[in-house]
Amino acid sequence: MSEHPEPYDSPQHRDETAIAGMWLFLASEILLFGGLFLIFVVYSHSHAAGWALGVRHTSLVIGGINTVLLLTSSMVYILGVEAARNGNARGIIQAGLGAAALGMTFLCLKGWEWHTEFGEHLFPGPGFAIGGPQAGGAQLFYSFYFLSTALHGLHMLVGIGLIAWVCLRTYRGRGRLLQVMPVEVVGLYWSFVDLVWILLFPVLYLIGRV
Amino acid sequence: MAPISGPDTTQRSYLWQDGTVRSWLLTTDHKRIALLYMASITAFFVLGSVGAALIRLHLISPTGAILSDATYSRMFTMHGIVMVWLFLVPSIPVTLGNFLVPLMLGAKDLAFPRLNLISWYLFIMAGALVVYGLFRGGLETGWTFYTPLSTDYTQGRVLPVVAGVFLSGFSSIATGVNFIISIHQLRAPGLTWYRLPLMLWALYATSVIFVLATPVLSITLLLLAFEHFFHVGVFDPALGGDPLLFQHLFWFYSHPAVYIMILPGMGVVSEVVSTFCHKPVFGYRFVAWSSISIAAIGFLVWGHHMFVAGTSLYAAVVFSMLSFLVSVPSAIKVFNWLGTMHGGAIRLDAPMLYAMGFIGLFTVGGLTGLFLASLASDVHLTQTYFVVAHFHYIMVGGMVSAYFAGLHYWWPKITGRMYPEMWGRTAAALLFFGFNLTFFPQFILGYEGMPRRYATYPAQFQVLNVLSSAGASILALAYILPLIYFTWSLFRGAPATDNPWQATGLEWRTSSPPPVENFITPPVVTHEAYDYAALDHPDTAQRAEAPHV
Repeated sequence: MSEHPEPYDSPQHRDETAIAGMWLFLASEILLFGGLFLIFVVYSHSHAAGWALGVRHTSLVIGGINTVLLLTSSMVYILGVEAARNGNARGIIQAGLGAAALGMTFLCLKGWEWHTEFGEHLFPGPGFAIGGPQAGGAQLFYSFYFLSTALHGLHMLVGIGLIAWVCLRTYRGRGRLLQVMPVEVVGLYWSFVDLVWILLFPVLYLIGRV
Repeated sequence: MAPISGPDTTQRSYLWQDGTVRSWLLTTDHKRIALLYMASITAFFVLGSVGAALIRLHLISPTGAILSDATYSRMFTMHGIVMVWLFLVPSIPVTLGNFLVPLMLGAKDLAFPRLNLISWYLFIMAGALVVYGLFRGGLETGWTFYTPLSTDYTQGRVLPVVAGVFLSGFSSIATGVNFIISIHQLRAPGLTWYRLPLMLWALYATSVIFVLATPVLSITLLLLAFEHFFHVGVFDPALGGDPLLFQHLFWFYSHPAVYIMILPGMGVVSEVVSTFCHKPVFGYRFVAWSSISIAAIGFLVWGHHMFVAGTSLYAAVVFSMLSFLVSVPSAIKVFNWLGTMHGGAIRLDAPMLYAMGFIGLFTVGGLTGLFLASLASDVHLTQTYFVVAHFHYIMVGGMVSAYFAGLHYWWPKITGRMYPEMWGRTAAALLFFGFNLTFFPQFILGYEGMPRRYATYPAQFQVLNVLSSAGASILALAYILPLIYFTWSLFRGAPATDNPWQATGLEWRTSSPPPVENFITPPVVTHEAYDYAALDHPDTAQRAEAPHV
């Protein structure tokens, strides 16, 4: 690669720039999920009864456990960011691995939940489990459910990949000056993934349940 | 701040630093990436133009001259998709913008050089997918992919094309993030916000739309693909969905995207008009903020594409009023360009001819937009050739004119060579006349009721259609000419000086073509934008600079 001079004045200037870039990217991500939430807003009103019927079929236990797991994961990762600020490389790796493990547990539970739902014919289409006059609204709910959890799951996979990268580069860079910025940038992304779930959880499991 | 020139500059310039193919394909130099983009979008422009040529050839005869009805539908779809997503949306930002943003800021590169290269690769992959879909059968949905046509009824290749457009969105977002962060973080010492060239204000406004509107298109296309692939209800009424919801989501992106396709052109015209009148832009702050307000209001007007789609009357009234509001900042720009030209020593070089063409054609396109923003006249005119003519006045008369204005204006800086001026002026004149002959008859056709997207038409419309097709052949000449003389000038053009137009921007303070690091000495800005007095009387300017050194 032909080396082109970097545009930054100082390492601090570079770090600020990268963090600003991540914030702006997250603004873009908000609009991505925003379009998805519009589907929820419209259909949960136009097909209220069927939508609520769909919500009642989701597994509140798994959803609840997953929410706790993901919130804990974000908190653990923040400890890693603190460790980075204190120059503690071991702390970054420990927190990163912990956060990633909790994230993987979330995904495994989610996968299992999907598996049971496929088994119960809750994926929309011919042979859909919920019959009766509200079947259409319930199908729309499950379209939303599968797409939103898939998109969120994809973001989690990317996040876990990024955390693994942070751990790896910290491990390889032992003994050298510790860079805080990559740890923070990945932390922003991981918190965002968490935040999306905080909105998805009530939408998929709570609103319309009672 | 003496400009650097001399026989050794070509050796150190970004063009010849390292000539291997590998060094070009893996470059993180924004100037080289701009050229990679330029080559790619030129190819897509040719492809889209071939589609247009076939459409115009077909419409010479009322019964259709050369294509079957199905092929005709696939042809206008191809033309629309390629031109909108692979040419107009990226056009000025990724080529001139990529090249100029760091130079105008006095920076060494964009904020995220590697992201910039990634965005080009994403764009190429997107283009490959779209072209694959179009050549393996194509699709007949038009560029708007309306459901349920696109999910249930179409026989064509929806998935690869939609996947391509989806990918090109990520390339846009990457470019938008890069520009916004660069303008915030990389301004040279002394370059305050109100000293920025107006091109940068325009690109900033464009980037805001890139970052905040494109993801909505991404999720919409994802939902569309999901529905198409799994036959799961989202938008399809047969599966319980609401097709109008697709239109809302689609236009929430695609109307702001119209401003993606015109704001950068306005930026170019502001630079060119000021330079060739040798006067500061009249009402700098108004022009700067009008770009931002066009971007902001642009997010609130998408409903005017759906007046006849069964939306509520009250919503339509609000959207109509908001659409009228966009004409305020647009008119501010037009009047301020005219104010800049008033009393100026106007030089009619090719960039200025293109820019003046832009002002006239954009004004016609804008004014006819008011007919479409009015509820009553829109009912009559919607889905007719009036709409086709209206948006081509903005997209081709406006954006393509501005793109050519910018290419001619910055060509000496980009390549270090002058283009042949006489040929440039000829091409600019041909574009203006060919364009008007092609599209003005379409206003009349539409007003008389000829619907768009049909392969045949009643015989009474033939004269105007033949006129339009004749205009298209002149337009084709106006596109082919620059391709020839630009290529010629690369090898035979007169060497360009550092500032051939006596312009004021920072990009003219470095050599033509610029060195790899853009500026040998990092520039310090001590003047307002468009300060021609300082340029013309460097002695006084030097004295003014002295205390800052």
